[in-house]
Order: sequence, then C-alpha cells, then structure tokens
Amino acid sequence: MNNFNYVKAQDVQEAISNVSGDERASFVAGGTNIIDLWKYNLVHVSTLVDVNHLGGDHSIEETEGGGLRLSAFATNANTAYHPLIEQNYPLLSKAILAGASAQIRNMATNAGNLLQRTRCYYFYDENTPCNKRVPGTGCSAIGGYNRIMAILGTNDQCIAVFPSDMCVALAALEAVVNITGPDGNRTIAFSDFHRLPGDHPEKDNNLNHGEIITSIDLPPKGFARNYSYLKLRDRSSYAFALVSVATALEMDGDIIKDARIALGGVAHKPWRITDAEEYLTNKPATREHFSVAADIILNGAQAYAFNGFKIELSRRAIIRNGLMALSPESQMPGAQPSA
Amino acid sequence: MMSSEHCPISLQVNNEKLILTVFPWVSLLDALRDKLNITGPKKGCDHGQCGACTILCDGKRIVSCLTLAIMKDGSSITTIEGISQGDLHPLQQAFINHDAFQCGYCTPGQICSAIGMFEEGKAKTRDDVKELMSGNLCRCGANMNIIDAIMEIKEMNSHE
Repeated sequence: MNNFNYVKAQDVQEAISNVSGDERASFVAGGTNIIDLWKYNLVHVSTLVDVNHLGGDHSIEETEGGGLRLSAFATNANTAYHPLIEQNYPLLSKAILAGASAQIRNMATNAGNLLQRTRCYYFYDENTPCNKRVPGTGCSAIGGYNRIMAILGTNDQCIAVFPSDMCVALAALEAVVNITGPDGNRTIAFSDFHRLPGDHPEKDNNLNHGEIITSIDLPPKGFARNYSYLKLRDRSSYAFALVSVATALEMDGDIIKDARIALGGVAHKPWRITDAEEYLTNKPATREHFSVAADIILNGAQAYAFNGFKIELSRRAIIRNGLMALSPESQMPGAQPSA
Repeated sequence: MMSSEHCPISLQVNNEKLILTVFPWVSLLDALRDKLNITGPKKGCDHGQCGACTILCDGKRIVSCLTLAIMKDGSSITTIEGISQGDLHPLQQAFINHDAFQCGYCTPGQICSAIGMFEEGKAKTRDDVKELMSGNLCRCGANMNIIDAIMEIKEMNSHE
C-alpha cells in the first residue's frame, strides 16, 4: 500500500485535468473496488480524484427519445430502487440487486460498476504471473485452478471473467455509455465498451486514461413484462456469479417478437450473441427453442481443467431463464431460480 | 485542493461534531477506531466482505473499511455506540432475547446494517431480510437467530 494525494474535484473538467496528465492518477467514486485493490497493493495510485458529488442530486432523467439517462455518479442502490427503473427496466433493477451487498450497493456508483476489475484469484495474487496485472508475465489461471474462469472469448493470454451483474442487464438492454475526456465527448455502445483480452488483457474496456463516464443511456424498450435475471453461484447471496443470464422477451401471445439474452460470469465481457436472439424471433417460447438458442450462444465454448461444468450450467441456465422470463413474478429475491 | 498531508476534516459522529486530521489514505474505519476510539465498528476483513465495520453514513448503511475518512468530510456518522440514548435500542434487546450472537464480533455491524435496512424499507418477507442482510457474515453460526431478532423488530415496526 502506497501513500497518495487526494483531490475533491469541483467539476468534471477539473476531474479530467487532474487525472489525464498523470498516468497513476485515478478517479474515485464509491471506492469499493479501487480502495480494495489499493489495499491489496495491486494498484499504486499517485492521486485519487474524488468525483462522488459531481452528479448533483438527480440520479435519473428522462431522455427526449423516450429512454432514461442514468447518472454515472448515482449509487447502484439508488438506481435499482428508482421507481422508473423498477417499473420500466425491472431487469436492470434485479441484476443490480443480485450484485454485491446492500452496503456496497449504497456506495458503489453506476460508472464504477462498469469499471470494476476481475476477481480472478491470480490477478489478486501478487506472487503469481498475471498478464492482466503485469503485462507479459503470463497467465497462471490457464494451467492453474480455473474453476471460476471464462469459457468464451478466451485466448492464451487471459481467461479472466468480468464480474458485474448490472452490466449483463445493460448489455441485454443495449445501453449506451456517455464519456467525456480531454478531447471532448463521445459515446460507446454497451457491446463495444468492454473488450476481450486480445493482446492487451490488462485493458478491461475501451475507456482511455483521463476519460470519465458521465452517464449511461437506456433505450426506450425496457422489456418490463417478460424478463428474468438468473444468477448461479456457490452460495445463495453475496457471491460473484459462476454463470448468470439476463433474458428479456417481447411477447405476442405465445410468440417471441423480440429477444435479448446476455450472459455473465463466462467471459471477459458480458456475452451476447444476436444470432441466437434472431433465431428466437417469431417462434414460440418453448424449452426446445431456448435450447437451440443456448447452443448458438455457447458455440465455441472452451473448457479448462476445472471449469467444464460452466458450459452445461450455462446451457441449462439459458433455457431455464427463458422460461422464467415468461413469469417474472415467480422469482425469489437474489436472482435465484424460481421454485 | 490537493491533499497529501494531514488534512482537517469535520465529522458528526453519534451526534457530536468533531474536527480531526487524517492522512488522505486513512479509511473511515481506521479514523473511527484509531483517531476517535470508537471501536464498535470492527475490522473483520478490511475488504468489504464481512460487514463487521458497517456504520450509518448520512443514514445509509455502508462498509467503513472501503471508504476514506477524507471522502466523508462533512458527513454524519452513526455507529453502534450512537444508536440509542440510555436504554438499549430495541434491536439490541431483540438480539439478547433471541441469543443472536456467540462471540459478538459481527454484532455491531449486524445491528447497524439492520437499522439501515429498515430505513430502506425494501424488506417485506423473511426471505427479503435474509437476502438484504447477506452482507453481514456471522461465523459462529447465529445467523438464524439474528434473522429471528430482526424479524421480531420488523414485525413490531409494521404494527406501529
């Protein structure tokens, strides 16, 4: 643990200018991940620039197109429990509430949720090689104990998974990330925000140093009638997903008119394959059709020594969550399977 | 303003306004325990995994180990020491009645967390309470009794 400076930024521009010129400076909001990583001696910040208060009092506002704009600085709890989210985007509410603990959701912000680091054991263990922690040193997980690691989108450099629940729902809902940086504003589609390891497993996402997320836009379509978030983990609450599934359906009677399926806990980013969604469109919502969709989503899945169970677990979870989305009210607290 | 030295901050702790100086890297938990001798919040894991350091910050339950004291400048903090004046808080009495602890290490965090949960108003059922209290671990095995104690007060409150 190193000592660091602290700045409370007065506005977004001041925050950016404090971080962009210093490679080791970082924004801090909830602090629930970066302060933890600092305690583990995994990040060595020179300056923490506090942006907690930059969102003002409003956490959510309606956009002209009929969607919602979530403040990057609002807490996960305030977002999940906001009436507009509970009513119009219940999939997002459920996914947020399946993550972390009530205390951490009261601290962690929406942008911070997108930027949390992996929980790979070897990333946390300073004494082992890890390409994500120290590029070029190797991946200890590939030949190590890899039970929690990825089955999709991996390569020989990194098999870590991105641990967020909230982001699985944001991927399914096709959110858009609004960013401000030294060179002005830009937007990134949610599917392009997080990245696969490629040749730079140390980079979790496509945000550049000095850029800050200011808000997250939700399109008008919230799938509030037929949705489900299913999270499978080693204990029934307060644990990261082994596999999670966000499913949103637009139904016309028994027929699926539009489908979204995103997986968590299986890859370096929320995993979504639109071919599977197109396959389901205009078909009855049956076990058989969800089973084919699961095969499409999991095509190319690769198991390592200890995580082969995740492939079958994912397949079953996709099927089960598709059926659960037909009756969202049956779900237990904590994104558990319905009885 | 950039701070790298001892910085003066102001905290209202258990209804008492206090000025203290902290280095930027001191957690709120360490400031409470080491600077103010308020030792109700416990340093269980120091990584946000156990909930033993749970306090109320401006009425919201948070883990005090994963925030910096300097980030909470101007905030109002309530710890187990400040939840009641004089008599025991009803939750404290309920924990005694239900034998809701053995070693007691997690208890201050459990009780502060339960008070925060009541304020949030989202727990409707016993299953909700179990889910919304999952950030507080008890390693003695008193969990069922802890939930019993919380349910007793929850049901009492709902009849008021």
